[in-house]
Amino acid sequence: MSQKKPEKLIDENDVRLDGRKLNEMRPIKIEVGVLGNADGSAYIEQGKNKILAAVYGPKEVHPKHLALPDRAVLRCRYHMAPFSVEERKSPAPSRRELELSKVIRECLEPSIFTEYYPRTSIDLFIEVLQADGGTRCAGITVASVALADAGIPMRDLVNACAAGKVEGRLVLDLTDVEDKGGEADMPLAYMPSANAITLLQMDGMLTGEEFEQVVNLALDGCKQIGQIQKEALRSKYVVAKEAETEKEEAEAGEK
Amino acid sequence: MSSLMASRVRQKRVAQLVSRGKRLDGRGLTDYREVQVEAGLIERAEGSARVRLGKTEVLVGVKFEMGEPFPDTPNEGVLTVNAELVPLASPTFEPGPPDENSIELARVVDRGIRESKAIAVEELCIEPGEKVFVVFVDVYVLNHDGNLIDASCLAALAALLNTKMFNYEVKEGEVKIKPGYKPLPIRNYPVAVTFAKINDKLVVDPWLEEEQVMDARLTMTVEKEGKICAIQKGGYGYFTAEQVFEASKIAREKAEEQRKLVVKE
Repeated sequence: MSQKKPEKLIDENDVRLDGRKLNEMRPIKIEVGVLGNADGSAYIEQGKNKILAAVYGPKEVHPKHLALPDRAVLRCRYHMAPFSVEERKSPAPSRRELELSKVIRECLEPSIFTEYYPRTSIDLFIEVLQADGGTRCAGITVASVALADAGIPMRDLVNACAAGKVEGRLVLDLTDVEDKGGEADMPLAYMPSANAITLLQMDGMLTGEEFEQVVNLALDGCKQIGQIQKEALRSKYVVAKEAETEKEEAEAGEK
Repeated sequence: MSSLMASRVRQKRVAQLVSRGKRLDGRGLTDYREVQVEAGLIERAEGSARVRLGKTEVLVGVKFEMGEPFPDTPNEGVLTVNAELVPLASPTFEPGPPDENSIELARVVDRGIRESKAIAVEELCIEPGEKVFVVFVDVYVLNHDGNLIDASCLAALAALLNTKMFNYEVKEGEVKIKPGYKPLPIRNYPVAVTFAKINDKLVVDPWLEEEQVMDARLTMTVEKEGKICAIQKGGYGYFTAEQVFEASKIAREKAEEQRKLVVKE
């Protein structure tokens, strides 16, 4: 059951346990529109992280007294499957999950034009199927894509990525062992068009100087994530549109 | 005054003043309200302290229990922080199980103490893997007038510094409490500094009316050597990278100043 704790997380050539460089992200794969019932959905694999996000809405609010007269309410649930971690996690929402649900909601809300849909709710569900560090960031990344897939008007996509300090070195996109064995982990979410940091948390110890470097490292990671998010959306919608145009052209040719 | 929200006119005034570098209560943008710290108010608790930050009032009690260590840290005592937004503190607080606000408050206080390694947890081990002391830090908000995080962190630190541990001995696997006390071993002094962003300006120690108009909130917890040991952003707005860097500089200055109110060295 228990993983053996490695002696060193980074070797003398600055190569990490999984072979990555210090400023290198884990491979990311995003799929759009993976669930039948949801208005929008997406799936992400970031290293060993496997996370699903689904959006329902804008729709009528239940219970009704939660409705806001001037905008939509965004509701968010971040949840981990019992089998997503080494030791089975109770399916009841933990304090950590409740806190993360709150910060994720506060980080995505600035990206949505909630004022377009007064008296409605937009419900967002993030299910972590397998966790290996950095799930809140991967969850935000995939949730933002799911919101776009639901056709909800947004100011921008929200990109999220963590950076931190492991064995004295500043690294991007920490895995679970790096997070646990390292000195600091700082998740950050970013909306490029507004130059806006919409989520910032940190635990660990960083000097003022290191803090600024880690923020900049995480921002670099966010930029790469943003590209991958856009490509994922393009590959669903642009490809679909191209197929449609081809079909139309073919039909026109027949006539 | 029992109104839940400041009137629109007043909210506008609070925000307008901030853009001119002023505040309704006459403070500068980076000034704290007056802080009063009283330690040892609750005799039944192993440690306690009350902090008044302007009209915000927070009481923290520390209690011990014997329990099992976590499997991954068999030689360390356990820290548990809980926060109660007691209904008598504000018309907006409802009785019932902890909501996300009180959970966030508890977890931010916890993060500061844990990440700065404030408590020497290895000295709380009785039998490795079997028995350790569990330190319960209970944050009790008595009056809410804004910036509960900084008041709670300061009160928690003051309470931990005031905490006495039992003397004990282990005889044939049984733990016997002996008369007399010793202070809880404290190694670091984390202090939280919270900013509100109002009209694109950073304001330290927001009071309730400022919290009602702020776009976003940022807390930086700084330990004794000036390193940042915890960060939490809250609220629906955002910060630019430049604002975050500016905040980290101010936080380090302010934390030093606040720490002196609690830690007498």
